[in-house]
Amino acid sequence: MKGTNLGEFEELVLLTVAALMEEAYSVAVCDELSNHTGRSVKLGVVHAVLNRLEEKGLVKSQLGEATKTRGGKRKRFYQLTIPGKAALVNAKSMRDQLWDRIPSLAWKNV
Amino acid sequence: MKEQRQHHPPSWAQRFVEWYCKPGLAEDLIGDLNEYFERNVESIGPARAKLIYMIDAFKFFRSYTVRKPTFVNFFINWIMIGSYIKISARNLMRNKLFSSINIVGLAISMSIGLLLIAFVLDLHSYDRFHKNGERIYRITNVLTFNDEQSKYASTSIKAGKLIREKMTGIEEVTIVRDFSQDAKVGDKILPIEGYWAEPSLLRIFTFPMLEGNPETVLKDPYSIVLTEAAAKKLFGNESALGKAVQFDTLTYQVTGVMKDVPFFSHINFEALVSLSTAEQLNRNDKNFETWTSMGSNYVYLLLPPVANMASIQSQLDALAKEENRFDESTKIQLELLPLYKIVVGENLGDMRGSVQVHMPPVVLWILGGLALVVILSACFNYTNLSIARAMRRFKEVGVRKAIGAGKSQIRQQFLAEAILISLAALILSYFIFLVLRPQLINLAPEMQRTVKLELTPSMVLAFIVFSVTVGVIAGFMPALFFSKVSAINALRNVSSVKVFKHTTLRRALVLIQYTFTLIFITTTAIGYVQYKNILAFDLGFNTENILNIHMQGNKPEVLLKELSEIPEVTELSRSLIITSVGNAWGGFMKYKDSGDSALVLTNHVDENYLSVHEYKLIAGGNFKARPTTAKGVREVIVNEQVLKQFNIGNGDPGKAIGEEITFSSFAINGRKMTIVGVMKDFHYGKVDNLVGPVAFMYWTPENRGIINAKIRSTDMPATMAKIESVWKKIDRVHPFQAKFYDQEIEDAYSEMSSMIKIIGFLSFLTISIASMGLFAMVVFTTETRLKEIGIRKVMGASTGNLIFLLSRGFLWLLSISALIALPVTYFFFKKIVLTNFPYHTPVQITELFAGLLAVLLISFIMIGWQTMKAARSNPAKVLKSQ
Repeated sequence: MKGTNLGEFEELVLLTVAALMEEAYSVAVCDELSNHTGRSVKLGVVHAVLNRLEEKGLVKSQLGEATKTRGGKRKRFYQLTIPGKAALVNAKSMRDQLWDRIPSLAWKNV
Repeated sequence: MKEQRQHHPPSWAQRFVEWYCKPGLAEDLIGDLNEYFERNVESIGPARAKLIYMIDAFKFFRSYTVRKPTFVNFFINWIMIGSYIKISARNLMRNKLFSSINIVGLAISMSIGLLLIAFVLDLHSYDRFHKNGERIYRITNVLTFNDEQSKYASTSIKAGKLIREKMTGIEEVTIVRDFSQDAKVGDKILPIEGYWAEPSLLRIFTFPMLEGNPETVLKDPYSIVLTEAAAKKLFGNESALGKAVQFDTLTYQVTGVMKDVPFFSHINFEALVSLSTAEQLNRNDKNFETWTSMGSNYVYLLLPPVANMASIQSQLDALAKEENRFDESTKIQLELLPLYKIVVGENLGDMRGSVQVHMPPVVLWILGGLALVVILSACFNYTNLSIARAMRRFKEVGVRKAIGAGKSQIRQQFLAEAILISLAALILSYFIFLVLRPQLINLAPEMQRTVKLELTPSMVLAFIVFSVTVGVIAGFMPALFFSKVSAINALRNVSSVKVFKHTTLRRALVLIQYTFTLIFITTTAIGYVQYKNILAFDLGFNTENILNIHMQGNKPEVLLKELSEIPEVTELSRSLIITSVGNAWGGFMKYKDSGDSALVLTNHVDENYLSVHEYKLIAGGNFKARPTTAKGVREVIVNEQVLKQFNIGNGDPGKAIGEEITFSSFAINGRKMTIVGVMKDFHYGKVDNLVGPVAFMYWTPENRGIINAKIRSTDMPATMAKIESVWKKIDRVHPFQAKFYDQEIEDAYSEMSSMIKIIGFLSFLTISIASMGLFAMVVFTTETRLKEIGIRKVMGASTGNLIFLLSRGFLWLLSISALIALPVTYFFFKKIVLTNFPYHTPVQITELFAGLLAVLLISFIMIGWQTMKAARSNPAKVLKSQ
């Protein structure tokens, strides 16, 4: 099934959408990602990922109110869906499980 | 905030995104871009912000943002086109008058376009059959003689040889020389036209051999290669290969037979004879291979696929510079002319004065311009009528818009209609084309030799493209006009739509049409009158009833004797050339102390010439001596211009008799001659030349030339048959060549007469097209104003009043176009055309107004007829029915 696996960047975007709550639209997501990951995130890429997440049904979107600042264009706000939430939780628990499987001794050999 | 507002993202980038983006996504995407942009303006400045905006605009071009593939739209459009055609066809059927006027008008005018296209395509198909065509060049000689520069297609044999020996970067060189002799096979004698040629000719050009080895057929002296047709003429159905052909006293061997030369070849021949023969025959002629003897030879080059043109030209320049050292008065430069530019290209002289196929582009441009005027006229009709009928179609357009048709769809509908009409017109115009084709081809003998105007696939394609273009031009304005109609207005109240705003446009179109029509028709009238005047022009001697028989190399004595026995032949004389038809012969004359010699035109005539042609002698008499060789000629008869030019006799012609002058030409080297007679000035050249100095010398047998026979006959065909049978006795090979002097003069102006014919025909077309348009407009206006007419009639208007009311507008238009057209034509002729003819008659008012009158008459009849009909209509009926 297409919708179950999240790519690394997809996961980050999805997390950001979740974190931004009501304010999740592409530019904000882009800013947030840039701030927290320290890498330069391209708007186009974010947009493409958001679009893909929507296709997978992990987020849903709707157009907001018109604002003057964007040349009168409305923003498209993204919201986590229940499958999206599940996917995030799923990803986190999977990682946690893997973390737990690392015995502390193993670190010494690295 | 305020500062930010001043910077706008690049609008084209935004439009680009809007264009490719799915409609649902476009808004927020552009919003994002704009937001980003504004922030960037603040942080990194407007310039870089714009750059990033543009880059991002392209980056968003991703599979998910792009609209669904447009083939779906195309598909829908195709379906729509079907519907457009259906609706258009119905519309055309419903308005028969409108459609037929448009189709017929467009068809007539398009047939001119078709002729022109066929003509141009024919010209451009010349020489295309050569495999290496793009690499073949001909050498052009640019001759500067006494500071006067002229270009010649012919080159010296020496130039060809030097190029072959000295130049690098050239694949092949070939020298070609005109050949024209009578071939003798057994008892059969046939004139053969062709070239002296080298083997390399067949390596450069693609003239396929049927029999014989192309490498060797032209190698040995006295070898001849015949074309299939020539071989058949000489040997019938026998194989010609290896047989003997006699030219003069020499025997040539047929070494090969080749395919006939295609029609579209600027090189045309019946036979090729090895150039090595010509070299042997001219061994003792020191002029044969000199730098300046450039008559009748042509040099062609084949360049390698990658050629260094600059290097070749500089080598040619160096070569010419080297050779030009030896002659002070004459400078020759060599230039390269690509094969494909030979037929459609600059007008080049030819020492032989041959009539090679040639058409300067400027003529094509002029003809194209004239054709365009005619076609535009028909397009204007279409535009005019379509918009005039607007009222009736607004509802249709309104309904279409109301149910969701966009502007572009309305546009497409009207364009489709126009294109459909023009395609229908194309079919009709092709038939007209078929009718006109022989007319055009037979317009002039050169035309028959130049074009075939036969249909080829590329021609069909060009015709269709042309027709669609005409449709688009014709339908452009109506499409634009109707697409702007607002649905609400059109449906609520048809009359509220401002169609009358567009009457100015319609008026302007009618005005242009009529202006062109008038210009055309007055041009024809003036041209025709001038042409007739030229033919009737008093040349200063008599040309009536004089038959000029070309001797074609035969000695005239026998024929002269035979002719004198025919009772209808009253007088006979001999001359070297026929004057006043554009021929010229001449040399340089010098008188006593005058330091400079000046050009004097000459003719060699016998003692009867002056009386046959009724030249007026004002002093002295006829030739006294009758020398039998050119060397013995010592007497000249000159015209008044000679006396004036050299100031002989101080204005008294009598005193000039007995004066001595020195004359030199290429045959006579500085010989002293005596003036024995002075004749009145006459027109030696064509009427477009001024009268110049002329000297007549005594005709001697070397001259061969022409017999001038004065004929008085009541049964001309019988007399001509008699003379022809006499000719057959002395020359069985060459067909009898004779023309009456008046006919020769008419032929000399054949270019002018065909130009008048063409313009006359075009003016006939424009007048009929404009008339058709006017007719439809009148019908339309009277129809729409029928109610008004009815009311006026009821109120007591007379028929005369009504006719005046209805035709006033049109008459105004015609007057304005006359005001524009007549002065334009008048000054065009006065300042440009007629300045080339020193002896023209001034443009008469009658010629100018004859055309105007004709146009007015035709329009009056049409306007009058329709308005009469409307004015006479029974108001009771009209008003009741509406």
